[in-house]
Parts: sequence; C-alpha cells; structure tokens
Amino acid sequence: MSVDSELQTRRPIAMTGAGGAAGAGGAGASGGQATHSGHHRNEDWRKVWPFLAIFALAALLPLAGNNYWTVIATRAAIYWILVSGLNLVVGYAGQLAIGYVALLTLGAYITSVLAAGNVLPPMPPFLALICAGIGGGVFGLVVGLPALRLRTFYFAMATLGFATIVTQIALAWQDVTGGGIGLSGPAMPAPFDSEMGLFYLCLGLAVLCTLLTANIARSRYGRGLIAIRDAEVAAEASGISKVRLLSLIFIFAGVLAAVAGGLFASLQTYITPDAFTFELSVLFFIAILIGGRGSILGPLLGTIILTVLPELAAPLAAWSNFLYALMLLVIVLAAPGGIAALLDFRSRRPLPANRRIIPDAAPLDRLLSRNGKEHGRGGVGDDASNDARNHTNGSARNNVSNSAAGISLHDVVLGFGGVRAIDGLTLAITPGQVHGLIGPNGSGKTTTLNVISGYYRPQEGTLRLDGAPLPAGQPLLRAAHGIARTYQTPRIIGEASVLDNVMIGGTLHGQASFVETLLRLPRHKRDDTSLRQAAYDALQAVGLAALADARADRLQHSELRFLEIARALVLRPAFLLLDEPAAGLAAEEIRQLGELIRHISRHGTGVLLVEHHADLIFDICDHVTVLNLGRVLADGTPAQVREHKEVVSAYLGG
Amino acid sequence: MLGSIIASGLAMGAVYALIGITYNTMFATSRVMSFTAGQLGMLGGVLGSLFMLKVGLPPWLAFIATLLGCAVVGLVTELVAVRPVLKSLDQHLYVLSTLALALMIQQVTAIEWGTEPQPFPRLFNVGSGLMDEKFWLPVVACALVVLGLEYLYRRTLVGMAFLAVAEDNFAARALGLPERRLRVWSYVLAAAIGGIAGFASGQLMLAFFANGTLLNFYGFVPVALGGLGNNRGALIGGLALGLFQQAANFTVGGVFSSIAVFVLFIVVLLAVPQGLFGSATARRV
Repeated sequence: MSVDSELQTRRPIAMTGAGGAAGAGGAGASGGQATHSGHHRNEDWRKVWPFLAIFALAALLPLAGNNYWTVIATRAAIYWILVSGLNLVVGYAGQLAIGYVALLTLGAYITSVLAAGNVLPPMPPFLALICAGIGGGVFGLVVGLPALRLRTFYFAMATLGFATIVTQIALAWQDVTGGGIGLSGPAMPAPFDSEMGLFYLCLGLAVLCTLLTANIARSRYGRGLIAIRDAEVAAEASGISKVRLLSLIFIFAGVLAAVAGGLFASLQTYITPDAFTFELSVLFFIAILIGGRGSILGPLLGTIILTVLPELAAPLAAWSNFLYALMLLVIVLAAPGGIAALLDFRSRRPLPANRRIIPDAAPLDRLLSRNGKEHGRGGVGDDASNDARNHTNGSARNNVSNSAAGISLHDVVLGFGGVRAIDGLTLAITPGQVHGLIGPNGSGKTTTLNVISGYYRPQEGTLRLDGAPLPAGQPLLRAAHGIARTYQTPRIIGEASVLDNVMIGGTLHGQASFVETLLRLPRHKRDDTSLRQAAYDALQAVGLAALADARADRLQHSELRFLEIARALVLRPAFLLLDEPAAGLAAEEIRQLGELIRHISRHGTGVLLVEHHADLIFDICDHVTVLNLGRVLADGTPAQVREHKEVVSAYLGG
Repeated sequence: MLGSIIASGLAMGAVYALIGITYNTMFATSRVMSFTAGQLGMLGGVLGSLFMLKVGLPPWLAFIATLLGCAVVGLVTELVAVRPVLKSLDQHLYVLSTLALALMIQQVTAIEWGTEPQPFPRLFNVGSGLMDEKFWLPVVACALVVLGLEYLYRRTLVGMAFLAVAEDNFAARALGLPERRLRVWSYVLAAAIGGIAGFASGQLMLAFFANGTLLNFYGFVPVALGGLGNNRGALIGGLALGLFQQAANFTVGGVFSSIAVFVLFIVVLLAVPQGLFGSATARRV
C-alpha cells in the first residue's frame, strides 16, 4: 500500500497517463484485440492457400493420364510424409539428422516382413504399417538420444552410423529380410491396389501429415523447438525441457518416417538394401534446408523440386546427388534462409522509422492481477511449486514485510578457479519491491543473478524461496517457481516474430498435451488463445505492440531489451531478474523503463535490478545492495546508500 | 583366431586412429569437425590404385601423387567449406558445408571411378598370412605419422605455432601468428594424413568409393571417445575400436560387430559426453 501511495505522489503524470489509458482502455484494448484476431485470420488464409493449391494440383495429376508421373508424384508424397516429420527435427529444432533413410529402411522392412509373414503369421498391410510406425517411434527415439546431451556434430554422426548399420543388418539377416535378394513389398488392399489408388492414399496421408506437423509447429511445442535451436538458454529459463520436447519430436518423426517406409516398399513392390542408399537421406535432409528452416511450405516445395528434378533430363539423373550436394553448399554459403526466406516478402518491407517505445501500464493489470491467475498455471504439473507460488502471492498482497516471503541468499560463496566471484553474499528479494544491485565490473552482479536462476551452483551458502530451500543448479525449474529473467545480451529468436518470441515465455501456462496439440483439440485452442492474448498484453505493456508481427531480428537493440521484459512478463512472474536492462538505451527510454519496472513491482512482483545507471537505481529502487569483489559493500535504502562513504568514493565518485 | 583378431584389429584400428587424427588436425586450428576426413581416407585408396594400376606410376611416385591430390582436397575444404562459415561457428553451418563437399567428392568418385570396389596393388611384397603387408602397413604408417606429429609439435617452430593457435586462437593472432595461413596448412597436413591412411590400407579396404562414409563414422568414434582434439585419445581409441570390432566380427559375426560398435559409441557418449580423455567445458550464459 505504501508503495502505491509513494508511486502516486512521486509520479503524478505517469499515473494519470496510465489511468487515462486504462479508462479508455476497456474499449480501446478490446477494439485492438478484435482487429488483431481479424488480422490473424487474414494471415491464416495467406498462409494456407499455397498448400491448397499444391495439393489440389497434385490431386488432379492422374487425370493427365500419364502413369509415370503418377508414380513420381506418389514418391514425392511418400518422401513428404517422412520429410514433414523430419522438418520438425531439422528445420525447427535445428538437430542435424542426416541419416533418416535408416528409419525409412526400418519401416519398409518391418511392413514387408510382417505382411509377408516371414516371422509371424501374415498380417494385413495396414496393421503391418501401424507396427512399422511403432517401431519407427522407438528407433527414432533411440537414434535421437545423443542429441539430448551432445553437440550437434555427434548427433549427425550417430544418425549416419545408424544409417550404415541398418543397411548392413538388412543385408545379413537373410532369413527375415531376404538379404541382398530382398523381398516383396506389401500389396495394399483394394481400392489402394492400383497405381492411382496408392497415389491417393499417399496424397491423403501427406495432407494429414502436413496438418499434424503444422499444428505442432504453430503451437507452444513448435515455438519451444525453435527456442531450443536459437536461444537455448532462454528456452531453459522459460521452463522448456529440451529432453522432453526433443524426445516427443524424435518419436513423432520416427513414426512418420517408418510409415513412409512402408508405403515406399508398397510403391517399389520389391525391396532390396540397395534401394535405400545414403543419397536418399541426403535428399530428405537437403529438401528441408533448401526449403528453409522453420517453414513448412519451403521444405514441401524443396521435396517436390528434388523429387522431380532428376526426372526432367537423363544427365540430371546421373548427377542428381552431386547436384543436391552442390545445392546444399550454395544454400549454406549464399542463402541460409532457403526458399522460405525468398518467399517472405513481408519481412523485406521496411519497418516504420522513428518508432518509439511507449509502455502502457494498463494491460499489466490484466496480465499480472493475481485474481486472473487461475487460467494460467497448471502445465507445470507440480503442486508443490503451485503452493509455493500461491503462498508468495498471498503474502505479497497481505504482508509485504513478512521476512520469509521472497528469494533469499545467505552467505553464498562461488569461486571460479582461484577467483571468488561471490564471497559470502547475503541478499533478499521481497515481493512487490525493486531491489537494486550495483557495483563495478567484476563485482559479482551477473554471477549472483546466475546463481539465483540456477546456472551456477554455489559452493557454500543457502538459497531459499519463501522459506523453502530453492535447489541450486536446475535452471529448468526456475520458471515453474515463477522466476523470470532477462539477459545482458538479449537472447532472442531472430527468425521468429516478436509475438512468438514473447509467447515463448508463457510456455509453462499451456495445458494441452502433445497429442491434443497434434489433433488441434479444444484445450489446445484455449491455450493458444489465452497465451496469444497474454503475449499481446505484455507487448502492449512494454510498448512494442505495433511490432508484434515483425521478425525479431529486425528490431533495434533497445527494442530487444523491452522484448525480453515482455517475454518474462508472460510468465506472470513472482520474481523478475533484470540484467542491465538499461544498457544501450537512450535517456528517454531509460525513464520509460524505470516507470515500467515500478509498475511491475506494484503488482506484487519482486524485481532484482542489476544496473550500471546509478540514477535509475536510486530513482526506482526500494532497496539497494552495493557489491565490490563479491562482497556487500553497502546495503540499505537508496538514501542510505547514497550517503555511504565508501560507496561514494569507490563507485559514485565525488 | 586370436592371431587374426589381433592382426586385422590392429590394422583397422590404425586406420581409424589415422582418420581420427585427420579430424583432430583440422579441428585444432579451426574448431571444425569436417566430414571430408573419411573421404580423404577413401581418396587415398582410390588415387593410389588409379596412379599405380591405371596410370602405371611406380609406388613411391604414386604415393607422392596421391598425397598431392589429397592436399589439394584439403586446401579446397578450407577455402570452400570452412573459411566462409567460420564466423558463424555457433550455428553449426560447418556441418552442412563440409557434408556437402564430402558428398560431392564421393559422388564424383562414384561416377568417374565406379561403384565397384577395385583392387589395390601390393607395394613391397613382404610377408604372408597374418604378417602380410596389408596388416602391418597401416600400423607402421600410423606409428610414423604419430611420431612425425610429435616431432612437428614439440621440436619445430611451425608445430608450436599450430599448438598456439589450437590453444587460443585470439591470443595467437594477437601475438602476430599468421593464424589464417596456419589454418590452411593444417588442412593440407590433415589431408595428407588422411591420404596416408587410405594408401596404407588400400590392400585391406580396396579402392572403393563407399569407404568414405564408413571411415567418417569409424574414424569419428575414437575422436568422440578420446575427446575432441586429443590425438593420444584418438590413437588409443582407434586401436581399441579396431580390436573390439574385429573381436566381435570373428566371434559373433559382422552384423553384430557393427551393432556393438554403434551401441558402444552411444552408451559411452551418453555416460561421458566430453570423451574419456577430454575435459569438461564450462557453459557460457
């Protein structure tokens, strides 16, 4: 309460500004949302029509009466079934899976062997196809395991190694696979037994896979994958579990690849290990990169182009693999964005110049009001942390001075080699207050932040949240505890839109499971709507709403700082850690930032502000700690610290 | 059987170790793991067979010509696939660019040389049975390369400059070392090592275009197990891998030996991600 009145007396202009906006805000904001969702629907249509055109043209193809092209189109559809899943692994999650032909081989052999009855009694082809899908899911996960812990190159190698041994097994296990002689592929039952029937079956499945992968790509799962690819640290801090998410994607991609394999065997009518060359793997992989990362249309076009290209001329067929490799090299060196970037005309339109960041406190009420919290939390699935949060919020509202509430560090020590970066630090962040942390370079400010967010494990001392121990390390669990942060160098996904970047922060609020998202069930839609709304609110709060649809890498540095704050706000954090948010900002922007931070704390969020701008610190902080060489030099209210002799001589000057 | 296991195990192990050292030599100056390492081993065999059987050069001349050919490939790798993407090392573009180049090398070989394995002539005509030159040649080549590298790194100024660049690129450049030229030379040197591996193992693995992919994987396993950039790890890991693989080969059969190697690779990496001889690196936040 005292905070509020202080704010009102100190900032009359800001309050009337915000109040005015809030007053008009009911109508203004909802009007804004309406246009935003209308705009969204337009956007949907613009994105969907190329797919409709491609699939409609494909469906008309058999009418041309040329069986040869129907077979080629069937092959393209089968490749796309595999590539659409692989696209999530390669294009979205950025994992370099270069040996996916192995899963195609696996699916082809499982389907053929089961349908032929070499091991078990003969199965109906569709049942065999389902079994192949299950096998593909299992092996997709096994091959993916190295990606969960190791660097990119290892995963590439693991998939390459897997591709090599699957072919060897197919060659050597003669009783079952027929060895080098091979075995017949499964014959599909009527009406899929003709060339045209098989084509429509494959085309139908290709459309289905497009829909499924698009559902994933546009959900919090898809955004999480891109976050893992481009901003792994920020993804972790937002509570996105790399292990869990990648495992799901590997299973899904494995299922699709193996199903594609079964259809491939049916199309070939007879399979030998020779049919599954490593070059096929290269085709899948390169189709995605030529298409462009983080796009679905691009890889679809890439798959079609690479499948059709060798059919156009005989020399092209002989040198096709060389051409694929050359294309890959050219794409990497000259156009890393691929086809998708070439087609993205909108991102080439200039953003308005002279744009200004104008934060608006009104949406914060909606975003951070503790009553509206029911529709949010839950995806965490961790009751203990929910309790902890409710406790925090309760105490934030009722009793700010309760000493147990908030994050507290006690005698924390952390050394790197011989240097003690933090040397016996004691610090408390109280809900609803802004706590400033200043000190010269190397005094341990950012290290303190990293200890709280779990990147560093202190050697001594305790870390508590609302009285309960906060486990050291484990940055992944911080978001579940309601702790959000920003970084000295903004951790942004440049290729995603501003709005998507902000939505990353609210990943934990989603409740729909992977399967619900895959099938676009109601809970997924509810998640998506509320998260989009929250992200839009957060953008409005920090003053970036006008740029919601722009690609994040087109923003100015100062805008990225506010973008990171918006991403943190979507979590509805109980604690917000800001690492030099004012660095590189103009004077007016720093003033706006100060007001924004004040408003955020007024909603009960405890803020830890690491800064070099002493003016900002003394202007907005309730409490200031001065560090020097990892120790507390001074601690108290801004007024007390300003009077502190050592601080004045060592840091403030004069 | 034990004799066969040891003879072929050490021979294959030496080849894997040499390819591992090829990876490491390129990695040291550029932080790039290049897919061309295995292709260089393949080229060593194919070019050797080409120069001796098709062109008719004497072995020593064919050896030099093979190394020159590989050196050119190393040079091209640095210029085309490594230098342009070094700035964006974090995005792993080098994986794609070197993969693309490796595939191009393999495809040209497949089209111009053929997709069937072709014979590689005997060089010295010494030994038979388990003491056949096809078994001891790779081991001798490996020993000579390791000793040569030790001499280079410890006794020569150029070698020490290599080490300095490998240790700290920026500091080395600040000291005025010609970092870029050293990197080019390290790629040439690595290519020569890969060529030696292929030439020495020509009789064992034949001149076959698909050896490249095989060596890419089996040469990488010792590097991964021994720790990136660690030549001693690659040597021990390579020999151990060869013995393990051949032991499995002779006892349970070829298929299961591939599976065993693959499983070993995954399990060790999941247990010790930085490799058995490597050191953990701190994360940057």
